[in-house]
Amino acid sequence: MNAIEVDRLSRKFGAFTAVDDVSFTVRQGEIFGFLGSNGAGKSTTIRMLCGLLRPTSGRATVGGVDVAGDPEGVKRRIGYMSQRFSLYELLTVDQNITFWAGLYGLDRARLARRREFVLDMAGLRGREHTLARDLSGGWRQRLALGCAVLHEPPILFLDEPTGGVDPLSRRQFWRLIDTLSADGVTVLVTTHYLDEAERCHRVALIHGGRLAAIGSVDDVKSIFAGRPIIEVRAEQPVAAMSALDAMPEVEKTSLFGTAVHAVLRTRALSIEEVRTRLRAQGITVETIDVVPPSLEDVFLDVVDKAQNARPSGGAAA
Amino acid sequence: MRTILAVTRKELRQIRRDRRTLLIMAFVPALFLLVFGYALNFDVRHVALAVEDRDASPESRSLVSAFVNSGYFDFVAAVHSGAEAERLLDRNDARAVLVIPEGFGRTVTTGGTAPVQVIVNGDNANTATAVIGYATSILQTASAGLPGAATVQTLPVTMEPRVWYNPELRSPLFLVPGLIAYLTMLMSVTSTALSIVREKESGTIEQIRMAPVRTFPFILGKTLPYFVISLLSAALVFLASQALFGLPMRGNWLTLTAMLSIYLLGALGTGLLVSTISETQQVAFQIALLVSLLPTLMLSGFIFPIASMPAFLQGVTHVVPARYFLIALRGIVLKGTGAFQLLPEFGALAAYAGVMLGLASLRLARERA
Repeated sequence: MNAIEVDRLSRKFGAFTAVDDVSFTVRQGEIFGFLGSNGAGKSTTIRMLCGLLRPTSGRATVGGVDVAGDPEGVKRRIGYMSQRFSLYELLTVDQNITFWAGLYGLDRARLARRREFVLDMAGLRGREHTLARDLSGGWRQRLALGCAVLHEPPILFLDEPTGGVDPLSRRQFWRLIDTLSADGVTVLVTTHYLDEAERCHRVALIHGGRLAAIGSVDDVKSIFAGRPIIEVRAEQPVAAMSALDAMPEVEKTSLFGTAVHAVLRTRALSIEEVRTRLRAQGITVETIDVVPPSLEDVFLDVVDKAQNARPSGGAAA
Repeated sequence: MRTILAVTRKELRQIRRDRRTLLIMAFVPALFLLVFGYALNFDVRHVALAVEDRDASPESRSLVSAFVNSGYFDFVAAVHSGAEAERLLDRNDARAVLVIPEGFGRTVTTGGTAPVQVIVNGDNANTATAVIGYATSILQTASAGLPGAATVQTLPVTMEPRVWYNPELRSPLFLVPGLIAYLTMLMSVTSTALSIVREKESGTIEQIRMAPVRTFPFILGKTLPYFVISLLSAALVFLASQALFGLPMRGNWLTLTAMLSIYLLGALGTGLLVSTISETQQVAFQIALLVSLLPTLMLSGFIFPIASMPAFLQGVTHVVPARYFLIALRGIVLKGTGAFQLLPEFGALAAYAGVMLGLASLRLARERA
């Protein structure tokens, strides 16, 4: 059964179309990554799925409940956590838990049971009486997640849940997500950390309000089939980049830190040939390799294609 | 019901930890009570009086003692010329000068009419009016004991004024009800507005919206603690005024509580409305001050009588809730006015509360869509 079904969903704000004819489904127990830059339409989509914003057109069900028809029903079935870790700073860990439990109508026995679960999950034992504002980022994040799953929702929405948290805490957090998913909780997570997206079972790339790619991470990367990517490290990266761009076999280049990624139109061009041509132009090549496409490559490719498509028509929605 | 309880408990716990809010809620009323009760006093006592006694007779001396013994005047200097008197007035060493002409004693003992001059510094019109009033009454009393009184008194109709409800015309009795109206309005508008905008700023309101909670119980749970705190604080100010200034309570406590509650409801509604139009605590605080402080202070009849305002401003006062609350409060406390006579005021306050709460819930509902 699908936990989330989205069918041609759109939302307009005046003349601006924030979400444009988006369709996808999320299976139960799946970790579904929703990727896109700021303003791509991620948050608007999430707000519609949480029953907070009415769709302009199209339809969506969450846990089998229509988001436009019964927003309150949707809210009972979901947990939500955003990057702001909306805790009450002046309340203790325990008081935050009690408050959210009260809001979701947990009775005494269930609160006691879930409280134990959350304290264990977030590693907050012994800190029950610490004020939320005195917790470090990672702890606050895990407490916020704990509060979001107090009522054992079958579906969890995470809106950029790892913003402003150190890498170690991020890894711990993702381990929790994996556990929840293994227990059958469906997780829809937005992020712009692409290494996090690699941990999702499936991802959707959204750009300019439209769904640009969807599938497993490997599926999404398959747009690079027949278009190998080479990574060049040179002493003069900028010169290397323009030299590569000048080669007819090179489709496009981009900078990845100090390395240059070049997407080739053909497998016919060998990396030895590239090294020779670069050296002929006086560029000292340190390393040159064929690399598997990363999600970042995919993302840049999708954005490029979308931007090239826009002015020539076609996307005049 | 569970929502209301959960939210109220959370709010109370937050208030308890929020020292700044607590401090403001405890100290502002105390400070205002002291400032307004003691410093803002329209009563005039101990007026510095200079005397130019050109007569120097037993009669003139007895008139001077009548002034000094009244308690309203303090004798500061005896002067011997108009120029000297003027200098004292200029330097503010004297606020009034009593000039008794030569031959005063002889004229009054023989049953004649003798003029005396009282020069009053008019730089503060309120004080000057009061001083003239005191001087007139002292002179009347003094004249009554003189031989000429019987023959001079020719007026067939005399006025014998009686001031009811506040016979000594003490300012605190007039001001303290206004102060209660002012403080409760100020505190409940700002605290409600801030408590909601704080949740907007911290993002917790977004999280609440994601929960299966209706707006009404949430708002009710949030405002309930402030309603109770405002009620308690008003009661404290009231009891303190009874102890410190002898504020009477001639009416019914129940009527008073009902009036105060409906007035507070309007204030909370105003605070909610302010919270829907502001995104930051700073903006909310400024708007809250503007809508609660100014009208309540200037346009309610707290200090400036509505009857002496220009027609346009008088019209504006009709939408200031403190205006009605003050009429009711002064009525209940000073006159013992009954509940039935205050129905119009209660109606006006209820209408205000209804409009404010209605507008606020309309805007809050729109924020959700």
